[in-house]
Amino acid sequence: MSSSKQALAHPASSADAAPGDKPGAAGRANGRGTPPPGSSSWRSRLYRWDMKASPYAFISPFFIVFGAFSLIPLLYTAWYSLHNVQLADLDGQTWAGLDNYENLLSSDFFWNALWNTFTIGVISTVPQLLMAIGLAHLLNYKLRGSTVWRVVMLTPYATSVAAATLVFVLLYSWDGGMINWLLDFVGIDPVNWRESDWGSQFAVSSIVIWRWTGYNALIYLAAMQAIPVDLYESAAIDGANRWQQFIHVTIPQLRPTILFTVVVSTIGATQLFGEPLLFGGVSGSKGGSEHQYQTLGLYMYDQGWIIGNLGKASAIAWSMFLILLIVAVIQLLISRRLRKSQ
Amino acid sequence: MRTSTRRSRRLMALAAAAALTTGLLAGCAEDSDDGSSNEGGGNGGGGKTTLTIGTFGVFGYKQAGLYDEYMKLHPDINIKENVTTRTDVYWPKTLTRLQAGAGTDDIQAIEVGNVTEAVQTQADKFVDLGKEVDKSQWLDWKNAQATTKDGKLIGLGTDIGPMAICYRKDLFEKAGLETDRTKLAEQWKGDWGKYVDLGKDYMKKAPSGTKFVDSASSVYNAALGGEVERYYDKDGNVVWDKSAGVKKAWDVAMDVATSNMSAKLKQFDKPWDQGYANGTFATVACPAWMIGYIQEKSGEAGKGKWDVAAAPTAANWGGSFIGVPTASKHQKEAVELAKWLTAPEQQAKVFAKQASFPSAPSSYSSLKPAAATQAYFSDAPITEIFSASAKTIPTQYLGTKDQPIGTAITDIGILQVEQKGKSPEQGWDAATNEIKDVLGQ
Repeated sequence: MSSSKQALAHPASSADAAPGDKPGAAGRANGRGTPPPGSSSWRSRLYRWDMKASPYAFISPFFIVFGAFSLIPLLYTAWYSLHNVQLADLDGQTWAGLDNYENLLSSDFFWNALWNTFTIGVISTVPQLLMAIGLAHLLNYKLRGSTVWRVVMLTPYATSVAAATLVFVLLYSWDGGMINWLLDFVGIDPVNWRESDWGSQFAVSSIVIWRWTGYNALIYLAAMQAIPVDLYESAAIDGANRWQQFIHVTIPQLRPTILFTVVVSTIGATQLFGEPLLFGGVSGSKGGSEHQYQTLGLYMYDQGWIIGNLGKASAIAWSMFLILLIVAVIQLLISRRLRKSQ
Repeated sequence: MRTSTRRSRRLMALAAAAALTTGLLAGCAEDSDDGSSNEGGGNGGGGKTTLTIGTFGVFGYKQAGLYDEYMKLHPDINIKENVTTRTDVYWPKTLTRLQAGAGTDDIQAIEVGNVTEAVQTQADKFVDLGKEVDKSQWLDWKNAQATTKDGKLIGLGTDIGPMAICYRKDLFEKAGLETDRTKLAEQWKGDWGKYVDLGKDYMKKAPSGTKFVDSASSVYNAALGGEVERYYDKDGNVVWDKSAGVKKAWDVAMDVATSNMSAKLKQFDKPWDQGYANGTFATVACPAWMIGYIQEKSGEAGKGKWDVAAAPTAANWGGSFIGVPTASKHQKEAVELAKWLTAPEQQAKVFAKQASFPSAPSSYSSLKPAAATQAYFSDAPITEIFSASAKTIPTQYLGTKDQPIGTAITDIGILQVEQKGKSPEQGWDAATNEIKDVLGQ
């Protein structure tokens, strides 16, 4: 603790000393606790106060913005979720207790959306992370024009969801889309990608995979480059081939990074919204005629902004939050377990 | 009911990006704009009053040069249009601002799909325009849509969507059908079922790769557009499952969905646009605003091949209003502008530029579609056909949840039957469940 405090205090005090404040500089030389002789007591009090408060002042912008745009809306949403609130009659809200939540628990649409969020999450996250590790491994070799490859990897991430999804909609078009055209070559009947149950989930997942694989690959790549070379050298001396090195050196060293990407991807998957909405086209918030790819995010949007039932939409939002908390706890337990087993 | 979507889908490619990635930021930015303009138009300079007008999609006022014209007539007025591309983004935003009493524009556009909600829940947030205008200027059913129970008029009619049938003459000829627009109109007059029967004839000798109609949902919407009783009765009770109008339209749509005459496209989707370009369907239910859409999407290849015939029943699909929120700081000036924008002469100018069909019948005699449009549609008397339809459209009973109920029927019920091979009963049940969820039952 004390070392971190000093680390914080040091730049603050030197900044303080910068405008030619001699006593300040002397104070630094004398150590933090003892005020320099000759300076008045209010000054030392001010100085001490400055030491204590400045760090908070410096980090406060984040918390002010967080409070205004995240925390207050979060709490307000919780308040809304306990009321019957209609978009067209915001002032006419009435207390509903846990009705909205009970309504959700007994609603097929909610469980369907939850299940879809889970399945699309798995179909998109697992291949995405596996491919990312593989790509990172390849990029880690000495390649000609490695920067070019890395930039190329990141381009899908830099593309807007909307632009990417619109292109995918055309690719997956039932009649005349490129994917069905290719399937036709191998003798497979055209798939109605948007209306079939698994086809639509696969299609939505493929957009997510396309967008995020490169991003995760770069994170893995950065972590791989931090692995000391001597580990590989000693493994090589022990007779490990490339694959064995990958399994026994790279993967264990990447463990914290993998955990990080899993957490981030899980959060992303739970909030999945833009891709299925735009993939659905007109009335995309329904997620298909049988809600076959309606995620929790879409269901919330549909309830809140299309149907206008803000109370229920708020309850969905809080359910998503609770689900994320549960997932976070599970991941925490797993990571602890892993650390212990190490 | 679909004007908005029509307008927005047209720009979907650009729109979606803007709406989703910058929607929130734009919302914030607009707030600050509104703030400064509501102060009294300091940004106009020289003591000018700045009026803001909030619209969605492409309203055509700017395109037709109406703002510039008005500013020339009134040198002390400065007009600024705040456009939101998609109505499903525009309307929730407008609703919250109306209720907050802040951040609204001096004039707000209201789509016909939302006007009943505005009339029934937001009437006190709008200036009563009934006293300001001569109501006889508009079609009665158009006024009725924006009038509250106690007679307050919250919005002035802009465009409407009277219905016709657009059809590909060349494909009809190949299929051995009648191609004359008056005779065709005679054949299906009064009953959408007869139109579907003609479709069955078409499919017997259909040119390869073509279907009779784009989608079952479009036939549903067109047929329902002429019914008096839809999802609500005249006292405002939800009666969609017992409604005669819904039953009639549903049955026609099921006939289409189960008889292989639909190209199974979803309207306002990219593949639908491609369907126009490739000529994969021979007819489409054609509200007035569809004329421009067809020209754009069918392109050169469709020129002179399309024709327009009167629809089986007079129906309306789409249209909008403009109202003045009481939160406006320049109500008087805003009302004047709204009156001027919706006057018959101005509506005719918008029609000339944007093909939005006027809701003021006195302009009908002077309407002239562009020469290119007339040539495109085989010199069909477009304005006469639409005017005739517009004047006989019934006043319908509308309700606050018309839009989501309609979506549940077309995009859940009908779509399941059309694209997933479910039976009409299964489709109806799915729509019923969805509507229960919509109504919170």
